[in-house]
Amino acid sequence: MKEKLRSLWQKLFGDSVRAFGVVSLVFLASMAIAPAKNFFSEWRHYQHGYLSTIRNRSEANTLRRHFQGGIQQIWLPDLGVVDRCTSCHVGLKEPTLTDVAQQPYRKHPVIPHNLDQFGCTVCHRGQGAATTVAEAHSSTLAWEQPILPAKYIESSCGQCHRGPLPGTPQLNLGRKLLSRSGCVHCHTVKLPDGSTMKATDDPPSLSHIADKTTREWIYAWLKDPQAYAVTSTMPNFKLSDADARDISAFLIANSALVPGDNVTLSAKASSDPTAGASLYGESFCASCHAVQNAAGNVVGGDVGPELTRIGSKVKPQWLQAWVRNPRVYDPPTAMPHYRFSDVQVVTLTGFLLAKTDSDLLANVHLDAATPEQIAHGKRLVSDYGCASCHEIPGIKKPENFAPELSRIGSKPITQLIFLQGMQHTLPDYIAGKIKQPRAFAPRLKMPQYTFTSAQIDALTTALLSLNDRSYSLPPSLAVAAPPESDYQPAGKAGKLMTDLACFSCHRINGHGSDMAPDLTWEGSSVQRDWLVQFFKNPGTLRPALIRRMPKFNLTDGEINELTDYIMTVYQSPAVDRDSMPLSGYSQGQTELGKQLFYGTYSCQGCHIVDTKTDKGYIGPTLTQVGSRLTAAWIYQWMKNPQALRPGTIEPNRAMSDEDARALTAFLTSQKGGGKQEAAKK
Amino acid sequence: MNRFASGVLILSVAALAASCSRKPDSAALKPTAFGAAMVESSGGKQFGQAATPLPQPVVVQVNDEQGAAVTGALVEFAAAPGVTFDPASALTDSSGQATTNVALGGMAGRYQIAASTLDKTHKKVELKMEEIALGYQQTLGRRLNEQYCDRCHNAESTAERVSNYDNLEVKPHPFTEGETLNKLSDADLTAIITYGGPALNKSALMPAWGNTLKKADVQALIAYIRAVSDPPSRSAGPVYAKN
Repeated sequence: MKEKLRSLWQKLFGDSVRAFGVVSLVFLASMAIAPAKNFFSEWRHYQHGYLSTIRNRSEANTLRRHFQGGIQQIWLPDLGVVDRCTSCHVGLKEPTLTDVAQQPYRKHPVIPHNLDQFGCTVCHRGQGAATTVAEAHSSTLAWEQPILPAKYIESSCGQCHRGPLPGTPQLNLGRKLLSRSGCVHCHTVKLPDGSTMKATDDPPSLSHIADKTTREWIYAWLKDPQAYAVTSTMPNFKLSDADARDISAFLIANSALVPGDNVTLSAKASSDPTAGASLYGESFCASCHAVQNAAGNVVGGDVGPELTRIGSKVKPQWLQAWVRNPRVYDPPTAMPHYRFSDVQVVTLTGFLLAKTDSDLLANVHLDAATPEQIAHGKRLVSDYGCASCHEIPGIKKPENFAPELSRIGSKPITQLIFLQGMQHTLPDYIAGKIKQPRAFAPRLKMPQYTFTSAQIDALTTALLSLNDRSYSLPPSLAVAAPPESDYQPAGKAGKLMTDLACFSCHRINGHGSDMAPDLTWEGSSVQRDWLVQFFKNPGTLRPALIRRMPKFNLTDGEINELTDYIMTVYQSPAVDRDSMPLSGYSQGQTELGKQLFYGTYSCQGCHIVDTKTDKGYIGPTLTQVGSRLTAAWIYQWMKNPQALRPGTIEPNRAMSDEDARALTAFLTSQKGGGKQEAAKK
Repeated sequence: MNRFASGVLILSVAALAASCSRKPDSAALKPTAFGAAMVESSGGKQFGQAATPLPQPVVVQVNDEQGAAVTGALVEFAAAPGVTFDPASALTDSSGQATTNVALGGMAGRYQIAASTLDKTHKKVELKMEEIALGYQQTLGRRLNEQYCDRCHNAESTAERVSNYDNLEVKPHPFTEGETLNKLSDADLTAIITYGGPALNKSALMPAWGNTLKKADVQALIAYIRAVSDPPSRSAGPVYAKN
């Protein structure tokens, strides 16, 4: 062995010339490694592939002229972007390559941003500086940020865009669910602009729960909330029978009486068996409350709780008091105070109480609660963090009850514990956690929600947008969410509007819901007499609308109060109500307006002026528009509807002053048919 | 080594990742019956956002030679990589139907999905359906369509939206009506949307939207119209995802 080595040494380095030769050869070979590696690199291979792909295309010359060989790089120091993706994805900017199926050569789909301004990894994640497929797309030991799966791509929009965008339904839904499903009651979510995400659900206070319902119902509800109402957002805590028994015992024992939230009315319900259903319909209860029909479909709004089995839940005396005036039991409730007569209250509650489910409480038998059970219930209520969502006297709202999620989208994978068989990626972890939180450990407190897989994807998308990059981006890129307003009307009228819960449907000065028209400029828009009549008897303006203004049975005094306030305060600076007369337009002007209405602008496609010939269903009926709207409003509306009501679908026709004036003349002459006149006399 | 194939594979990893974690073991399903034919019950020709689940599940029915529903036949769903099925295979229920939820791939385009079952001689019976995935621009177009166009251009009414189609003297073209709309160039469509029907000697009932919608909005709407047209619009490019 030793001999052999020695002879080899002799052969190679025996004399200096030989040694020089050998060393030179070795040196030469090692010099060739780097160019060879470069020559056989993946990106070069893809660039060759690209050139042969475009060879046979008609626009090959143009494409070849645009092509630049070698490693390409987008370097954006502000964003921390060094992206070499375009070394292989060569055709991203070629408008003609939309039909190329072979990746990585397809043109990038149309988006509102420029590749050179944002690079690739800001949206797609992955490792920008890498020059091999595996290192760029997958996670490696040194870089654990893999390509973001396409279904979560909208999360990247959310890094800069803090508000909803028309092109990102998934992100918008996810953010809405985070607030609406109450996730942020337990999980703090601080946003890069310094604000904290607020919950938009309204979990009821449990301070007076014994006035409203029975311990048996609470027990059944705790065991399975969706068995009572399929639309319920209350999660299932998977409580044992004993735990549900003890919590229900505590909640009942802890409840304090509210004077006046139970009444027994002597009035008799209407003898007409359909009166209850009619009143439910006329009062437009279904605009906010849903009911599951025989076919299993849930029909109605989601502002208030589902009423499918309400009769199995509430105490009749409580429901009567609630329907009479909900503010006695729950002052800030979204439910309006309807001012029903006693007969109406009894009729409507009778109708509601008949909505029962005999199966719901059939197997619930609870013995009287012992002090130990109550004490144990109290401990459980603290442990499960019930007070994070519900107001419970004697129990403080816990702080930081669940992990903060402000930067969950950048959580290192090394800090996560995955389930067996799970992909080791952050999106999969988040989605899995939302889908089955307790699968990760039996003693975890997070309850089971009933999200659909589409909702889970949306939630995951919204959570992934909460990441480090959203903080490190240059502030100039951030697009703020529309500011929230806590506008409250003042004085007596303001109190009345709160009592009627106007903001549950209408929006004024940026505050309120968008179910019904925005009333910010209502005082410039409508005539006083019409408004008074409308309060007395709200008719329908849009024939195809399902949700309508209910009748609140207001007194004349209340109507005057509201009308005065609306006419004085809700005035647009752009519309001077008294600048244009309601009548006195020339015959010629009115006639021209009519021609424009039916001809040039074809308004009858959406609106009805003459009920005999016009059929348009989309906009409000205009048969009485001359008695409803002010002339100045009509004129300004013709000129630019979006300026008066942003987002309205009435198209802006860029009308000339003359056309707008003629249409105003024609429309103000529409004062309603003989029927209206006769009714007035 | 076929680097090409591996590159494409890794690119489609996106949509695949989700499916792999909960792909049910089809070997566990044993067919108890065999059919002779398969028909679509519902769920074909849907529009969904790319990489997200389609709004409705896909339902197919397996029938025997006499056309009666077959219970217990094994139906397997397949499509191009990136498309996921939940479940990927199912036994037909008592009405002969198998249901699956489909999420299309991350690329916008038309996807062909195939449902297959075995007949008594163990020959494959296949049914092919087409679904449409919308990209960013088309999704934006769909939203604008729902807000501005759909109530006149779509004759179907829903619980939330009553169609105005029947009220119009001159009937608008539904956006799926490829025979008509494919003949109009992008420039024609842009002109009609921007300047109204009279721009192309058509009805004034189609108003001018040029002052209401931005240029990008109009482009998005056209992208949506091209994406959903039936038969497919040529300028939308060839069918992207094939088996």
